[in-house]
Order: sequence, then structure tokens, then C-alpha cells
Amino acid sequence: MTRINSQQQLLETYQQVRPLLNLRLNGQDVASSERTIMVCGGTGCHASESQQLVANFQALIEENGLSDSVQASVTGCFGFCEQGPIVKIYPDDVFYVQVKPEDAHEIFEEHILDNRRVERLLYTDPVLQERVAEQHNIPFYQPQQRIALRHAGLINPEDIREYIAVEGYQALGKVLTEMTPQQVIEEMKRSGLRGRGGAGFSAGKKWEFAQQYDAPEKFIICNADEGDPGAFMDRSIMEGDAHTVIEGMAIAGYAIGANQGYVYIRAEYPLAVQRLRRALDQARELGLLGTDILGSGFDFDIDIRLGAGAFVCGEETALIHSMQGERGEPTTKPPFPAQSGLWGCPTIVNNVETLANVPVIFTRGADWYNSIGTETSKGTKVFALAGQVNNIGLVEVPMGITLRQIIYDIGGGIKGGGEFKAIQTGGPSGGCIPSKFLDVPIDYESLASIGSMMGSGGMIVLSDATCMVKFARYYLEFSVEESCGRCLPCRVGTKRLHEILVNITEGRGTEADLVELKELSEIISDTALCGLGQTAPNPVLSTMKYFWDEYVAHVHDHRCPAGACEKMLNYEIDPEKCIGCTACARVCPVDAISGQVKQLHTIDQVRCIKCGACKAKCKFKAVNIN
Amino acid sequence: MSYTHQGCPGKQLALERYEQLNTYIETLHIVPDNPRRKDTLIQTLHKAQGIFGYLPDEVQHHIAQKYNISHAEVSGVISFYNYFTTTPKGDVQINVCLGTACYVAGADKVMQEFERVLDIKSGEVTPDGSFSIEGLRCVGACSLAPVVTVNEKVYGKVQPEKVPEILEHYLTEVSATGDASNDQD
Amino acid sequence: MINVIIDNQPVSVAEGTTILDAARQTRINIPTLCHLDLSEFKMHNQVASCRMCVVEVEGRRNLAPSCATPVSEGMKITTNSQRVLSARRKLLQLMLSNHPADCLICAKSTDCELQKQAWEFGINFQAYKQGARCDFAIDKTSGALKRDPNKCIMCRRCETMCNEVQTVGALTAFGRGFEAIVGPAEMQPLVNSNCVYCGQCVSVCPTAALTGVGYIQETWEALFDKSKTVVVQVAPAVRVAIGEEFGLPPGEPVTGKLVAGLRRLGFDAVFDTTFGADLTIMEEAHEIIERVTKDENLPILTSCCPGWVNFLKFHFPNLSYMPSSCKSPQQMVGAVSKSYYAANMGIEPENMVMVAVMPCIAKKYEAALPEHQVNGLPDVDYVITTRELAKMLKEAGIDLRYMADEGFDDPLGESTGAGVIFGASGGVLEAALRTVHETVTGQELEDVNFTAVRGMAGAREASIQLEDRTIRVAVAAGLGNARTILENIEKGTSKYDVIEIMACPGGCVNGGGQPYTQDRQEVIEQRIKGLYAIDGSQAIRKSHENPSVQRLYQEFFGEPGSEKAHELLHVGH
Repeated sequence: MTRINSQQQLLETYQQVRPLLNLRLNGQDVASSERTIMVCGGTGCHASESQQLVANFQALIEENGLSDSVQASVTGCFGFCEQGPIVKIYPDDVFYVQVKPEDAHEIFEEHILDNRRVERLLYTDPVLQERVAEQHNIPFYQPQQRIALRHAGLINPEDIREYIAVEGYQALGKVLTEMTPQQVIEEMKRSGLRGRGGAGFSAGKKWEFAQQYDAPEKFIICNADEGDPGAFMDRSIMEGDAHTVIEGMAIAGYAIGANQGYVYIRAEYPLAVQRLRRALDQARELGLLGTDILGSGFDFDIDIRLGAGAFVCGEETALIHSMQGERGEPTTKPPFPAQSGLWGCPTIVNNVETLANVPVIFTRGADWYNSIGTETSKGTKVFALAGQVNNIGLVEVPMGITLRQIIYDIGGGIKGGGEFKAIQTGGPSGGCIPSKFLDVPIDYESLASIGSMMGSGGMIVLSDATCMVKFARYYLEFSVEESCGRCLPCRVGTKRLHEILVNITEGRGTEADLVELKELSEIISDTALCGLGQTAPNPVLSTMKYFWDEYVAHVHDHRCPAGACEKMLNYEIDPEKCIGCTACARVCPVDAISGQVKQLHTIDQVRCIKCGACKAKCKFKAVNIN
Repeated sequence: MSYTHQGCPGKQLALERYEQLNTYIETLHIVPDNPRRKDTLIQTLHKAQGIFGYLPDEVQHHIAQKYNISHAEVSGVISFYNYFTTTPKGDVQINVCLGTACYVAGADKVMQEFERVLDIKSGEVTPDGSFSIEGLRCVGACSLAPVVTVNEKVYGKVQPEKVPEILEHYLTEVSATGDASNDQD
Repeated sequence: MINVIIDNQPVSVAEGTTILDAARQTRINIPTLCHLDLSEFKMHNQVASCRMCVVEVEGRRNLAPSCATPVSEGMKITTNSQRVLSARRKLLQLMLSNHPADCLICAKSTDCELQKQAWEFGINFQAYKQGARCDFAIDKTSGALKRDPNKCIMCRRCETMCNEVQTVGALTAFGRGFEAIVGPAEMQPLVNSNCVYCGQCVSVCPTAALTGVGYIQETWEALFDKSKTVVVQVAPAVRVAIGEEFGLPPGEPVTGKLVAGLRRLGFDAVFDTTFGADLTIMEEAHEIIERVTKDENLPILTSCCPGWVNFLKFHFPNLSYMPSSCKSPQQMVGAVSKSYYAANMGIEPENMVMVAVMPCIAKKYEAALPEHQVNGLPDVDYVITTRELAKMLKEAGIDLRYMADEGFDDPLGESTGAGVIFGASGGVLEAALRTVHETVTGQELEDVNFTAVRGMAGAREASIQLEDRTIRVAVAAGLGNARTILENIEKGTSKYDVIEIMACPGGCVNGGGQPYTQDRQEVIEQRIKGLYAIDGSQAIRKSHENPSVQRLYQEFFGEPGSEKAHELLHVGH
């Protein structure tokens, strides 16, 4: 393809490549023998050899001489990773799950050649208990409104033509040829788009700050350092639709007056880096990045910078320091990056998902965008639903949807029939939400008001098998590990919080510990230098608020109600089953078991260190945990 | 600015590897007195670690000189990031993801199993240098929990029972070629 | 001007002022631990890491670090509410919980900023006693600078000083999280790093994470050893600072009292390093004249500061030929004591112990260098700092304030005004010029004051007319300024003939071994003034007019630059 030198030429190119997607976008009004096979190429499916799957399909197409009517290619993450590898057949909208490379043959024979569904590979809905063939009928997808993820599963992210075929880069063209930077910012403000990385600050306002500063150089940085454990929204977007992020960055650059962009991306995402590199190369080739984009006189290019394994680098000032080749330690705000960021220049740091929403705001309009969502939180949000729920994966829903709808309608309810206990949002910076808030419409303010936060989108469903104290401890472990070490309250404070939680979950907690937990948590929040430290105590504060009785049980009764804290479980010998073989007493490392031969043995609870050796040794299943 | 290095150790490692690194660094066009010259430091450290397998003192000095910064600064940066190591890792690097979803799915038991079979703890290398184990923070493949990456290959839904099978595959590789390391880019 | 209200007190300050500075203007002291502003030396440590200075700002959700938050019009600030005080107290408890609780046996006790905060806050119990603590090894490998990483509070002052002011680059923050501390690359022993031991990090460290390696015990042992003749020398900078340890005003010279005190301690002879300074000038002036006349190997750089000499060796090794080959005054006094003096007194040099009292950390390193030995005997055996001597005096019950003035011992006790100003930046150069001028012109110098080279500014220059030659001279104090000069020399753009370089900003009066000044830079100014006052009051103000020095040459060295002089008073640089 040749370089595209104007908006006009872009529109012409669009017309030329649009047919590539006829089957996928127009649906049934094409010759019935034509098929497009899209195979999910996200990290999860990739790990399960989806690449081989694509290769197998392509070989079969060749062998059968059907290259004119059937194509197979890779596509972005469908977000339904536990069911991967996923294969979708267009125009049928048929959705095959857990497809192995060798299954290509059967799908090809049955479905492509013979137009018959391969039943055994169809998705089985756990609630309906029946197979569902079409994606649009799958309950997991039905309530979703995919805007940031609009191209996942639809286009091949490794071919820029397919992006252009879905009106890609037309938003950039419109912005460059028909709008001033001020107008772009007004449109962004009107859309109501708020930062999706967690802070939720108005994207348009942020751009406006940077635009107002007069400086010879400005920068746009895409924060792709998605570090929240359990979150993979940004990964999916980068792997499945890098161009939308590129386009979003270019529009942001035009708005604030920046000619250079950077994507700071985790080194743990090699596939995303690869896809991004390829997308950048292709965009440059067509002149959609570089000098004089679409003949507008606007220059913009993007470089990639890798992270190196530090969660704190997701914080914007730490990210900037990391980009400058320094330790990723946050620094005080003000000054904010919009005023003084990378190398002291006005810099905008935007999250991947935020940028993914930008082009569509300009093609469909701010008014369309702000018609979705709630009063204060417009648009949709991508959540990574995980934990004790039946359907695990990425869900994109309009703001204002309730947690109940997400967990039950989309998530298919609690796995294994257990009871819902809480849902954790916002990762290590967030909090746990109990069942009484399941009908709260989700938006930035409502989540904050009930002691949690939107965060980047991680959503973990917990059942009654989860000990909330242990859960808080897990998150503190993470914060301790990832603390940068610069400021005192986070460096030492989170460590002390963690130590107290360890004591409580191992049966050594005291009343004083509970008082200390609250006091210390509040002071850490109040004095820490950056968002990591300021929010590190949130898991403690929110679990203490809603599950106080569990803390009390651990401390007063030396009991873990959920039965999850190993060191607090009592090992007891069942008098009905014990035959007095003495095997357990002999393996006990602390001589806590006493008893005569052929007589009931007993365990001294004070001496017992809960190592479990006796239980493992007993052939009669006489040792029980209570 | 010029930082020369008192106590700089001589170069013990293969000169071809330094040449590889230098070729890469040349493409960066580092200007010694440009205040922004450090911005590619992390990239270079990734590259160097890929070439040498780790980042010992002599490599640190070398990089510091190329960037015209102090050794202390390079050392401080390396020590901050999980990815970088100053001690050799095994030829086969086993990383067990300890992110929330994996943790909840039993990643700690998987870790224990690797430790048991290889008879080393997380963070250590087997005496013959062939295997090492590390815990890793979330890699974003949460629906495949528990996740284990071996060199760059991702294994999903790993249960403790699967551990010997995974190791088998690499044991045969190691004994066949004597070196199962991948060049990381 | 911006108007704010702090604790209900209205204050008007310039735009850009921090809350901390605005509060200070109205005499409200907000506690700090990491913040340090040494504007005279261009050092500004504003990392906001200790969080002790947090305050409440109306309308702000969390507490603000006052050291790093600029005021804005109408800001309402509270510095001592319950919320703030509780937070500060908890922060101190956190800090103490990861800090060795060994104040009673710590060298910084009564001088430690953390200890002071804990005391002022009435901290009367230890929290988190069962909690984890760092357990790093203590590093004394350099014999000069001691690191105790367990006492590091991550204030980053040393890092800022080393990297940004001194531009040595020997320190970095290392690791992440709870175990993060500041130290040399790879936390290697300091002696393996490119640390130059200038000791400025010691000056600014708020705790005992960085201190000098102590030699008090060794000094006592020598004093109590009847078989040894123990002699001591005292540097110029000590006499205008040690009084501060006894409550006397900074800069007030206490020379006579100091000599008396040293005698009481039991030293067999009390010598004056200033004598050595005069001696240095004799040799160095000779060298200067030679090089300037031949127009060879210029510029000539002074070499009495070991921190600076290390800096040159490690960072600019190809310029190693430039400094003067003279030993420092400390080393010269040592060398002369163990040869000339020992011979005259019939003392076996092996039985002589030479102790030097210095304002400096690097001098400890210098004394131990192999090239500073004659016939296998070190010129100087132990170097103790001003602070260490103060402790010894106190230990021996000697109150400096009430000692009657005594004089130094001959023959190494007589000194001139030129020698004593060595302790101030610019002093060595001025002293050299006084002698060079008279030697070259053959005329008596009426006005010996070369004020152009005096002052606290980091780099100064002047042109001196010597007959038909103009010699261009420069002074640099602080290694960052030294670096600039050396880079110019390397590039060939240096236009100087003689350059004095001192590692410590302000000169030796601000050395790493002096009484701590924290951010009271006016103290350094007083000390400098004190030295120039001594100079002004001396009858003899030119080194070559020192009768004892003259006698030394007559009886021993012959003339400056002689072979004997070279053997004892120079090093092959």
C-alpha cells in the first residue's frame, strides 16, 4: 500500500479495504460459502498454541483450494480466556471454545465444508446448562457494550488494512483537517471520558492543562504498565487493537501540541510489545505516523519504552522517572506532569483504555459517548472479572450497571454453588464490597463512597471460602513487595501493617493489634507520598469496615470463620476412627501427640504447630481439621 | 562529565558478547553530555541481560561508561527492577506467577512442588546452573491460573502434578544441547 | 506577594515559597529530617521522604509535605493539630522501629537529628518491637569513612551531596521497599568504590549512617604507653570551630586554650599544622615560580586536600601530573617531626606517635597512604577529627572554656597569618601569592590581602600582576566546581596558571570532621571570618618570614626544592 497523504485519500483507501470485512460486518448478505475464521491471538490463547491453530486452518484452506472464499487469521483477545483457545466463524457468529490445534481439521470438515456446527466445541453456559452457538447469545456477552474492546474478535491486529476498514484513522483525519486543538479538547470534555487507569480524572481537563502551558516540547505517554494483579484489560487492547491506541495518542498530541509520544509498556507483555511494534511500523509506512500526517502539517511519532518489573512505575511520576532511565520512584505533585513532566516538559500520561476510547468519541461524537453511563461517569469500563465466579474474563459494560448484574448476569454466578461474600475492586488500592451493595450502580463516585474504588478494572469475586483477613494480608504482601522505598510511611508502615496481619492470621493477634491496624492505616493513607502508599491500606480498612466480625473472631476466639488460615485450624483426632497405631505421634516434629498403643491418641493444641504431618500420615483418616 | 572507574574489574566475560552489546548501543547514538541520554538505559540493561544472562559488575561498568554516568547510578537502577539480576540465573528459568488469580488457584503449591523436585528455593539456582526458580508478579493471563513461564514459554492451568512433566521436557533439552537458554530480546 | 495563614498567623511571602519556609518566617518550626537547603553551596535536598513536615491544608484531602508544597494565595495551614501531631508521632515510631536502638553507644548521640526529634516528641516507648529490622553489615574498610546502613533513614541528603554537589557519583539508593538504603554501587565496600572520602556526606547525614572511622581509642592507647613519645598537631580550621562543642560562639579562635587542653591530655609536644602550611608554601611557591617561569605543566594545582586529590586520580587520571608534588601540611609536619625533631630530641622515630587533629575525613585516608611513609614509618599515625578531640577533652574532664592560653611547642609551633588561612577556601592560594609575589618581584608586599580570592562562592578568579607577567589564578571549593575547572583543562579552554582546589564547599572550615552545622551556613561564614581575623592580628603574615621555618631550612633542608626537601616533603605524583 502507498502512503496516504490526505483525509480524502484515507477515505478512498477505506472504500478500497472495506470489503475485507464484508463477511464480518455485513453478516448474512454474502455468498453462503464464504467464511472468515478468526482465532484468538491473545496471550492466554497464544500460550495454548492458537498460532498453530491459525496455521492449521490456513494449510487446510490451501489444500482445499478455497483461498478465494475462506480466510483464517488471528484476532484480538475475546476476553473469555478460561474458555480459550477461541475460534469464531463469520458471518455465522459461531463461537467455538477450548479448541486445540488438531481440532482445526474437524471444524474445517464439518463447519466450513459442510455448514454443520461442531457441537462438542460449542460453549456450554453453566447456568442454562446447554450449548450456545452464537456469540451474541452467550450470556457472558449479552449485557456487554464493547467500545474500548470494539475490535477484539473482529479484526486482525497485525494488518493495518483491517483497522482502516473499520474507519480507523478517520478520527485523526477529521481532527487534523476540521478541528482546532481547542475544539478537540472541548469535545473531549463534553464526552465526559475520565481516566481509566484508576484515578478517574477528566481526560479532557487534563489535556487542557497541558495545552495551556507554553513550552517548546511536550509529550504524550501511554501508560501500558498494567500492574494490578488480576487485571489484563490493557494487555488485551494492546494485543488486539494497538492502532486505536496509536490513533488516540496522535489525537492527544494534536490537542496539546506534542509531536512525540511514548508507550511505556511492561516487559511482561512480550506479545503486546510485538503487536505494537508491528502496528507502529505499518502506520509509519502509510504516513499515518511521522511527518505531515495526512498532509496536515502535523508531525507525530511514537517510541516504545519497556518497563522492567516494578508495579510502582504505573504511577505517572514514577513512570516518567523510569522513562528517564532512573529508578522508578514517584515524586511530589505539584508540579503535575501536565505542567512539568518528562524532562521538565508538559506531559500527559494516559491509560491504554482511556486512549482506546478517544477515536470513537470523534467518529461517533461526544454526545453519543456521554449518553452512555451515569451523571458523573460516562461511557463504558472494561473489567477483568476473576475469582469464584463461573465466567471469568474481560467484560466491558456501561457505567451504572450494578455489581449484581456483572456477577450474576455476566459472570454466571458463584462457582461451585458457594455463597457470594464480597467483590474486590481496584486491586491492591481498592476495597471489598459486601452483598448489601450489590445493587449500587457502578461509577467512580459510588464505588469510592462505599469504601472501594474503580481502579484499573480488576474485579475479584470472593465466596464464603475466603478469609477476608487473609485476603487483606495478601494485598499488603503485594504492596510491601512493590513499595519503592522512598517515603517512610509506605516503606516501613506497610511492612508493619503486613506483620500485624500475619500475626492475626497465624493466631497471635491481640485487641491492641486491631486498634493499631486502623490507626496505622489511616496515617499511612494520610502521609504517604504517592498513590501506591496512600491506597495500600485500603484492603485493610475496607475489610475491617465490612467484615469486622472476622477480625474479632481471629483475635478473640482464635478462630478463622472461613477456615482458610492454616495456622489457626485445630487438628483433632476422631475417636471413632483412631486405632492407636501411633504412626502420627512418631512423625510429629514437636511431640504434640500422646497416647498408648491401641488407645485413642490426642493432640496437644498448645504444642501443635499445624504442620499437617499427622494428617498426611494417618491411614485411617482419623485426623481432622476444624 | 567523565566518570572513570577506580576499582573497575577487568573484563572476564567473552569479548564477542561485549561486541554484541556495543553494536546495539551504537544504534542508540548516545551523546555523552546530553542530559537526556539515560532514557534508553533500561532497554540497554534488558539487552545486556539477554546477552550475558545477568548483569555483573564488569558489565555495569561498561554500560556506565557508554552512558557517561556513574557505576553507582547503573547499580541503583538495576537493583530497583525485578527483571534485572546481578547473579547468574539458570539456563532454564522457571517463573511461577504469584498474582491474585494464580494465588487463589493454588500457585503456592505449584511453587513448593518445583522447589521440592529441583531441591532449591525460589530465588536460587541449581548447583549445575541449569535451573532457577523465581516468583513473578501477575503476567495478565489470569484465566489460565495458575500460570508458570519457563524462559518465555507460558504454561497455563499448572497443577503440582504437572510439574515433573514440564521439567522432563527441559531436562531432555538441557542434556541434549547442554544449554537450553534462549536469547531474550 | 502571597498571603497565607499558618496556625492563625497571617504571613506574606514571595511566590514559590514553600509552606516550610513561610512558617519559618513567622517563627513556626515545622520539624524536618530529610529536607536540607544549603543554598550557598547549591545543595537542595527536597525529596519529601521522611514526611515529618506534613501539615494540614484546608481543602486538601491528605496532609501536605510542607518542605515541597508551594504556598498559594489564601492558603490556610495548620501545623500542630491533633491529626498532624499524631501522624508525626506515628512516623517517628515507624522510623525508630527500623533503627538500632543503641543511642547510648552511638557516636552521634547528642548530635543526631533523629534522636533530637524523638526526644522533642516525647517518644517514650518502642513500637513494633517484634517487627523485622534491616541487618546490613557495617563498613569501615576505607579506614576513613564508616557506613552503618542500618541507621540509614533514606533522607537522600548524602546522595544529593555526592552526586549533585560534589559530582563524585559514589552513592545511590539501592534496592526497593523496606530494604532500600543508600550506599555505593552494589553495596560494595566503600574502599572499592570511587568514593574520594571528602566527607561531605558525613556532614549532612542526620544519623550515624555515615560517620568518620574513629581513632580515639588508638590515641588513648598511645598516650598511656610510657614507651612512646606522642606528639600532636592541630589544623587551622580546628581552632575556630572546636569552641562550638563547648558552647562558645562559632568562629571564636580558641587556639591557646586548645593547646593547653592538649597538653593536659598528655601529649608530649603540641605542634601547629599551620607551621606545616608555611612549610608547604615554601615548597609550593618554589614550584609555582618554576612552572610559571618555564611556562610548563600549567596550570599548577594545589594538592593539600586529599579528597580533591582522590577526585583527580579517580575521575581525571590523565591529569595526574598537574597537581603540585608537595605533601599536605599535615604530612609535612609528620615527616619533619619524625626526622628533624626526633633527631634533635634524641627520640627514636619508631617510638614516636604522631596524632593529627583535623577538620577532615579524608585526612584519615591520606595518613594511611603508602606514599606518606618515610623509611617504612607513616608520617602521621592517627587522625582524629575536631569532634573526636572534643570528646576526648570532655572525657578527661577538660573544659576548654576555662583553660588558660598556652603556646605551641617549638620548633614546629611557630606560624604566620598566611599559614592559618589555609583553613578557608582561597587561603592556600593567598598564602602562596604572598610568598610568590615577594620572591618574584624582590619587593616587600605592602598589602598582603588578596581579597579577590576570598569568599564562600564556589568558584572565584583573579589576575595578579607580577612584574611583567600577569598570572591568572582561580579558586574552587566543592568538587562540582573542581570538575568544571578540570573539564576546561582537558578541553584546553582553561586560562589559569595557578588553581587552588578544596573538596569541601567553603574550605576546610566546613570539613567532614567539624562540629555539625546542619543548615546553619552562617556558622561556616563565622569560622572563615575567625581565620582571617587571626591572620589580620598576626605580626608575621607571610610564610617565608616564619623564623622557625627559616631555621628549618638553614639547619635541615637547605633550600626549597632541595633533594632532602623532595625526599621528605614531596610525593612522586
